[in-house]
Amino acid sequence: MRTSVPGVKPLRIILSTLLVIISNAMIHSMFYIVLRDGNLPGVINAVVAILWGIFGVYFIYWSFNLAIEQYPDRWKQKMIPILFVGPAVALLAWLLLVPTIRTLYMSFFDSTTTNFVGFANYVEVFTNRILLGALRNNLLWVVFGATACIVLGLLIAVLADRSSFEKLAKSIIFMPMAISFVAAGVIWKFIYFYKPGTEQIGLLNALLVSLGFEPQAFTSMFQPWNNLFLIVILIWMQTGFAMVLFSAALKGVPEELLEAARVDGAGETRIFFKIIVPFISGTILSVSTTIVVFTLKIFDVVMVMTGGQYDTEVVATQFYRQFFMYRNAGFGSTLAIVLLICVIPVIWINLRQFKKQGGF
Amino acid sequence: MAKRKRRKSKKWIVNLILAFICLIWIIPTFGLLVSSFRPAVNILQSGWWEVFPHKDYATQDTITLPKDTDLREPITINGETFSDDQLREGAITKDGNRLIWENRRARTVNVQDKSLKMDTEFTTSNYESVLTGKLYKIQQADGTVKTEKGQGMSKAFMNTLIVSIPATVIPVLIATFASYAFAWLRFPMRKTMFIAVIMLLVVPLQVALIPIMKDYTLLGLNGTYLGIWIVHTGFGLPLTIYFMYSYISQLPKDLFESAFMDGASNFTIFTKLVLPLSIPAIASIGIFQFLWVWNDYLISLIFIGTQADVQVMSMRIADMAGSRGSDWHLLTAAAFISMLMPLTVFFSLQKFFVRGLLGGSVKG
Repeated sequence: MRTSVPGVKPLRIILSTLLVIISNAMIHSMFYIVLRDGNLPGVINAVVAILWGIFGVYFIYWSFNLAIEQYPDRWKQKMIPILFVGPAVALLAWLLLVPTIRTLYMSFFDSTTTNFVGFANYVEVFTNRILLGALRNNLLWVVFGATACIVLGLLIAVLADRSSFEKLAKSIIFMPMAISFVAAGVIWKFIYFYKPGTEQIGLLNALLVSLGFEPQAFTSMFQPWNNLFLIVILIWMQTGFAMVLFSAALKGVPEELLEAARVDGAGETRIFFKIIVPFISGTILSVSTTIVVFTLKIFDVVMVMTGGQYDTEVVATQFYRQFFMYRNAGFGSTLAIVLLICVIPVIWINLRQFKKQGGF
Repeated sequence: MAKRKRRKSKKWIVNLILAFICLIWIIPTFGLLVSSFRPAVNILQSGWWEVFPHKDYATQDTITLPKDTDLREPITINGETFSDDQLREGAITKDGNRLIWENRRARTVNVQDKSLKMDTEFTTSNYESVLTGKLYKIQQADGTVKTEKGQGMSKAFMNTLIVSIPATVIPVLIATFASYAFAWLRFPMRKTMFIAVIMLLVVPLQVALIPIMKDYTLLGLNGTYLGIWIVHTGFGLPLTIYFMYSYISQLPKDLFESAFMDGASNFTIFTKLVLPLSIPAIASIGIFQFLWVWNDYLISLIFIGTQADVQVMSMRIADMAGSRGSDWHLLTAAAFISMLMPLTVFFSLQKFFVRGLLGGSVKG
């Protein structure tokens, strides 16, 4: 390693670093102000915004790398990782980590965040009927929703693998992933739509009436089953995600292994449980993690379909209500933290998996 | 020979079951598509499946009763007697026809019989009103009626693009840089930071809303494109890093070692080797992030606000559902328009998508 000649290089280092910082600040603030205050015509405005968004970030990395290239080797080795992870870590700290810590702190205070109340909020969460109901519903979502997504996803992946129209089937099952909750809400309101009488515009009620039953208000008065009807929407939207990943994993099961088992006389069910499932267990874990986490955080489906009425409240909607409507910051925070605690085991299992894979 | 035959019959069953599941999966969306082309009145009166041939009552004949028929007394038609209430709901005669008031005051009764019918009245006017703005008739103070055009979706569509494209590229690029460092560079606190990132996967975004809103008010970022890009980036980063890390960390080690031997810097290795090699993974997580941002409602609601000139599509639709909840015909068309872009992206990049997922999470 060569040491630098004192007196010459430091000036270059300082100048280039300063230049990069100043030029970045100038360029980005210029774009920012033009977009905010400028009166560019619509399409041009859009193009400028999109181009800045795309190339602006790359420019930051590229220009700072130029400055770091001027540094002596020892500094360079320290600075490069900072440049690479710095922006990600800073954004995460600002937007997620610090807010979470603040929320944890607030969960020990009363609604106005002025008086320390210790664990009183936590006691209340586990004794209050409505909040307990939200916890119970979340449990329902995870047990029925996540399980159904995973089992159905696996089943469809296996079926598609052996069918004659694999691509089409997978596209159809995956399609709901591309639909927003708002649009899905509109779609499912046409399935569950209820009005008294024989003329129904909701598909499910029309079926019931044609079979001679009374129409039901599936998402509202049909308690406690209405939760399951909401969960169906999640299953409809998320099964495709599980299916795509399982399907990719199934392709990785060696054909010779399956053939050997078939020659030995193993039935298809036995092959599935004894060979296929163990082989793709890694994928099953990561898919389950993603879906369980997603399900625990479920918010939009409930909000769009029932707004949390009729005993369909889940933790996230109750959190939203406590925080934004009842202005009870303490309760809201406690609920968020309870949610966080629920997911810790899942994350722990995942970190262990990472470790096993040799990453850590 | 016998074995092969059995396989074939099994395939038949597999196809049948799968076709049945697919049918269930597609019915809800198909129903929306059909509804969006039906006239507003029809959407509210009959189910969308009535566009298919089905047996329904159709008017065969009209009977005009004497003008002085007393509605409180049983009414005799063709030798059978009915009450007023029965005729209101539709009374079934012995020969299977249905009698129903056509105009109660004029005392006319429809004779209907069951026949095959298709309700194929379609219109594109729902889409027209959504795309170019709905026409409102406003009665002015001086009594004249002025027609005014509501706002169309084109502006909202453009805004959604401005939000979605950078909010997809920025987090994916930042995450790829970070994942490379986590996987292949050695620096202090590496493990701690990575574990923290994985933990942040589970933070419900509602937890962070209030503090970020406060910061944004201080910085004047509310309602700006930059502001919403940053929020989407922050919330998208944990999953993107989780995903990109598992891909990049599985790239062969020799690749980097030989590049280092040749004197390449980390930045060169990243741009010349890692980025091109990660294209499948970037494409698939990119699609996810794009779908997520495009479909987002809550974040836009909070950080963009409701000014018309920055509004995105999901907000416009939710607006319609909320304030004009009875406008089902507009809602169906708008929901379908909002689905077009994500569906196009998804179907055109599907190949990439599956390949990228294969590389990332399947080994294990």
